[in-house]
Amino acid sequence: MKTILPAIALATALTLPALAEARPLKLTTTLANYGGDGAYLAFYVTNAQGAYAGSLWLAGRKSKYYSHLSGWHRATGGNPAEINGITGASVGAGRTLEISLDLADALFDAGYVLHVDAAVEDMRDSPNEIVIPLTSAGAKTPVRGRRYVSSLAYSF
Amino acid sequence: MIRVVHRWPGLLAGLLLLVLSLSGALLSLFPAIERLSSVQPAALSTAELAERIQAVHPEVEQIRRRPSGRITAYWSESGVPRAAVMDPANGREIASADPNPFERWLTRLHRSLLFDDAGRILTAVGAAAMLVLAVSGAVLVARRAGGWRRWLSPLRGPFAARLHVEIARIAVAGLLLSSATALWMSASSFDLLPDGAPSAVTEAEGSGRTGMPVADMDMLKRTPVSELRSLSFPDPADAADVFTLKTDRGIGHLDQGTGALLTWSEPSAWQRVSATLYMLHTGRGAAVLGLILGIMALGVPAMAGTGFVLWFAGRPARPRIRGNVAAGRAETILLVGSEGGSTWGFAATLHAALSASGQAVHAAPMSSFEPARYRQARRILILTATYGDGDAPASARGFLDRLKSVPVAAPVALAVLGFGDRSFPGYCAFGRAVAEMAEARGSCMLVPFMAVNRQSPQDFARWGRSLGAAMGMTLDLVHHPVLPAVFPLRLVSRRDHGAEVQAPTAILRFALPTPPFWLRLTGRGFGRFVAGDLLGVLPEGSAVPRFYSLASGCRDGFIEIVVRKHPAGLCSGQLFELQPGDMVNAFMRQNPGFHAGRDTAPLILIGAGTGIGPLAGFIRANARRRPIRLFFGMRHPDSDFLYGDELKGWRRSGQLQRLATACSRTQQPSYVQDVLREEGAEIARMVREGARVMVCGGRDMAAGVSAALADILAPTGLTPARLRAEGRYVEDVF
Repeated sequence: MKTILPAIALATALTLPALAEARPLKLTTTLANYGGDGAYLAFYVTNAQGAYAGSLWLAGRKSKYYSHLSGWHRATGGNPAEINGITGASVGAGRTLEISLDLADALFDAGYVLHVDAAVEDMRDSPNEIVIPLTSAGAKTPVRGRRYVSSLAYSF
Repeated sequence: MIRVVHRWPGLLAGLLLLVLSLSGALLSLFPAIERLSSVQPAALSTAELAERIQAVHPEVEQIRRRPSGRITAYWSESGVPRAAVMDPANGREIASADPNPFERWLTRLHRSLLFDDAGRILTAVGAAAMLVLAVSGAVLVARRAGGWRRWLSPLRGPFAARLHVEIARIAVAGLLLSSATALWMSASSFDLLPDGAPSAVTEAEGSGRTGMPVADMDMLKRTPVSELRSLSFPDPADAADVFTLKTDRGIGHLDQGTGALLTWSEPSAWQRVSATLYMLHTGRGAAVLGLILGIMALGVPAMAGTGFVLWFAGRPARPRIRGNVAAGRAETILLVGSEGGSTWGFAATLHAALSASGQAVHAAPMSSFEPARYRQARRILILTATYGDGDAPASARGFLDRLKSVPVAAPVALAVLGFGDRSFPGYCAFGRAVAEMAEARGSCMLVPFMAVNRQSPQDFARWGRSLGAAMGMTLDLVHHPVLPAVFPLRLVSRRDHGAEVQAPTAILRFALPTPPFWLRLTGRGFGRFVAGDLLGVLPEGSAVPRFYSLASGCRDGFIEIVVRKHPAGLCSGQLFELQPGDMVNAFMRQNPGFHAGRDTAPLILIGAGTGIGPLAGFIRANARRRPIRLFFGMRHPDSDFLYGDELKGWRRSGQLQRLATACSRTQQPSYVQDVLREEGAEIARMVREGARVMVCGGRDMAAGVSAALADILAPTGLTPARLRAEGRYVEDVF
C-alpha cells in the first residue's frame, strides 16, 4: 500500500489567534478498491450549529470538478481562497492519504464535525462520505466511509 | 519546407499517434453501443421520471441522464449508497451503474497514457503533432494533385505513396477535427480556458418548508427528460436544502417545499463551446459522428506505416559528393533540383566525371542559386526533376523567381537537363520552364534542353556526349543507379517472328523465380507485378540495366517480354541468343503509370511492333470481360503478327471485343493511326463515354497516334492533353 504524504499544511481558517493553542494532527485516509479512477476528496469542518468553519485539505487538482464535492462546494461556493495552499493530488483506489495538520485545540470536544466529500469520475458523487465529531476520545478509532473510504483515523 | 514540417512530427510522434488513434477508434464504439442499448422515452417530463424512480427507491438522491439517453439513479439503502441504470418507463433497475473497467482503462490510456498529468501533456503534444501533420499533409496532397480543386484526382506513383495519400485525403477531415478538439480539451483540463463552473455562491433564501411531491413541481414538469442532465434531491430533514437541476440550458435550485425556482444560471459562451467540442471529440451525444471519426482514426496506423516506408525508402537517396569545390573557385557550377534524391545520384556521376577530367566543380541545390558568388564560373549545369504537374522539386524552391531577377549572363553558359517519367502529363515540365526562362532572359545555352526518361542511364550518357562536345572534351557518363537485387531468370520458351521483314522479334517467356521465404517476407523478393510493369535486364558486361515492358502478371505464373533485336544492341543481342534453359539476371520495377487498372471503363489499346507486349498482357488478364479494343500495327501479317493465335482465342472468349490491324509492308500499306482515323467516330464515342486510351510503342508511332486522336476528338471538345491530365490517356514509349 503506497502512502501519499503531502507537506505539512496549515489550515489557516482554523488557527485563528483567538483559538491560541494548536497541536499537530495526523489524518490517515485509506480508500477502498472501488474500481474507478482517482478520487477527489474534500476535508472540511462545520461548527456545532452545522455552519461551515473551514477546509483542511482538498485532494484533486482540477478545479472544474470541485462542484462534484457538493457539500463542500455548496458551503464554500467553490471559492479557491478556501483551499489556497492545501490541495494535493487525487487519491487512487486502494491508496492511503496521510495529512499532517496543526489544528487548534479549541476545535476538539466542542461540537465541531469533520466532513469528507468524495467524488470519482463517471461514478456517483458521495457528499458526506464521512461525518464524525472531532473529539479527543475519537482519535485512533478508524471510521468507515459510505462508499469510497475504507478507513479514516486521526491521531495526535 | 512543408515536407520537412510533415516528416519529423510524423516520425517522432508516430508511435504515440498509433496508441492515441487505436484507443480513440475503440472508444468511439462505446457511445454508439450505449445509445443503442438505452431506452429512449417519448415525451417524458423530469417530474414524471423523478416520481417513477422515487416510487421504487424513496431514498433517491440523484438522477443523471447521459447524452445517450441512459438514466442512472443514486440512492441509499439502509445507509449503503447504491446506484443503477434505470428504465425510464417504470423506474426499475435494468443494469449496474458501475463503469465498464475496459472503457475506463482505454479512456485513461487515450487521455493520459495511464500517467496522469505528465501523460496528459504528452497526449496534448501528440494532438498538436497530429494537427501539424493534418495541415501540412493537406497542403502536400493539394500540391501533389495540382491544386485544391483537384483534391480527389486519381493518383499515380509507388503503392505506399498512393495508399498514404488515398487514406489521407479521406481521413484528414476527421483527424483535423479530432486533434483540434483534443487540444481544446487539454487546455480546458489544465484550466487554461475560462470555461470552469461558475464559482458564484448561490445562497438562496428558501421557504423553510418541505414535502412537496416532485410530480407537482412546475419546473420539473416543464423540463423534458431529453433536456435533463441531472437532478439532485435535497435532504428531507434539512429544510434549508434544495433540489439542484442541471439541464442542457443551465443549472437551477428548487425549493423543496414550494418547487419554486430559487436560482438559475446559464453556461457561459466558453462553457457552451467546450461542451460542443467535447461532444464532437467523444461522440457522446453524437454517436454517429463519433463512429465516423473512429473509422478515420484507423487511417493513422496505415498512414504511419506507409509514411515510415516512404521516409525509409527515400532516405539514402542523396549520395555524398566527394571533392566539392567552393562556389567562388569553381569553373563549373552544378545545380540540382531533386525531390526524392535520385537526381543527386546523376549529379554525383557528372561531378565525378568532370572532376576526373580536371575541372573544378561545385555542386549545390538549385535553391542556393546565387550568381554573385560564382566568380570563376564559366558554365552552370542544371539537373532537375519536376514535382507534380510542373512545380519545382524540393531542392529547387524559389529558383525560377531568382533566375528571373538575376539572369545568367555571358560569358557564363547554361545547360539544363530534365528528369522525369514520360507517362506523366507534366513530363520534365519544370526543367523545360527553367530552360525557357533562361533563354528568354538572354542566357547562352551550352547545349539544348534534354530530358531523361525514367532515370535512363542511356539518355544521361547521350546528354553527356553532347555536353562534352560543346565543352571540347570527351565526357563519358556511366551512371549506375542503385539497383535492387537481381534474380536469375530461366528462359522457358521463345517464339520468333519478323525475320522475313527485317524486324527480328521474339516473345521470351521466363519461369517465375522463387526467392527464399525470408527474402519474400522482408519485401526483397522478386515482388508482385502486373502487365505494364518493367523488367530490368542486366546484360553481361554492363552494369546498366535495360527495361522491357512486361506482357504478363505474376498471376499468370510466368514472366514474358517482347524483344526486338537491335543491330548493335548489347542487351537485345544477348536476349536473342538465349535458348530455353539459359539464364539471365533481372529485377522487377513497378510502373504504375501504365497499369490497366481494376475498374470497368472500356479500354482502347494502341500498339505497334513490340509495343503489343503489355497490351497483350492486359487482354490476357481481362477475366472480367471488360470491353477492350486493340489497334495493332505490324509490318506483315505472315511474319510479325505477334500474339496472332492468342488474340484469336481472346476474341472468341470475349476477353477482346475487337481487333483492328494495320500492316505497313503489304500491298496497301497502312499505319495504326490510319486505322484509328477510319474508326474515328466510334473511338470518339467511346472516349466520350469514359474509355481509357493506352498507347505502347515507338516514339514516332506515339506522336502519330496523338495527332490522329487530336483530330478524332476535336468534334467532342476533348484533347489528348486533357485526357492525359485526367489519367485517361497514358503512354509507354521507347
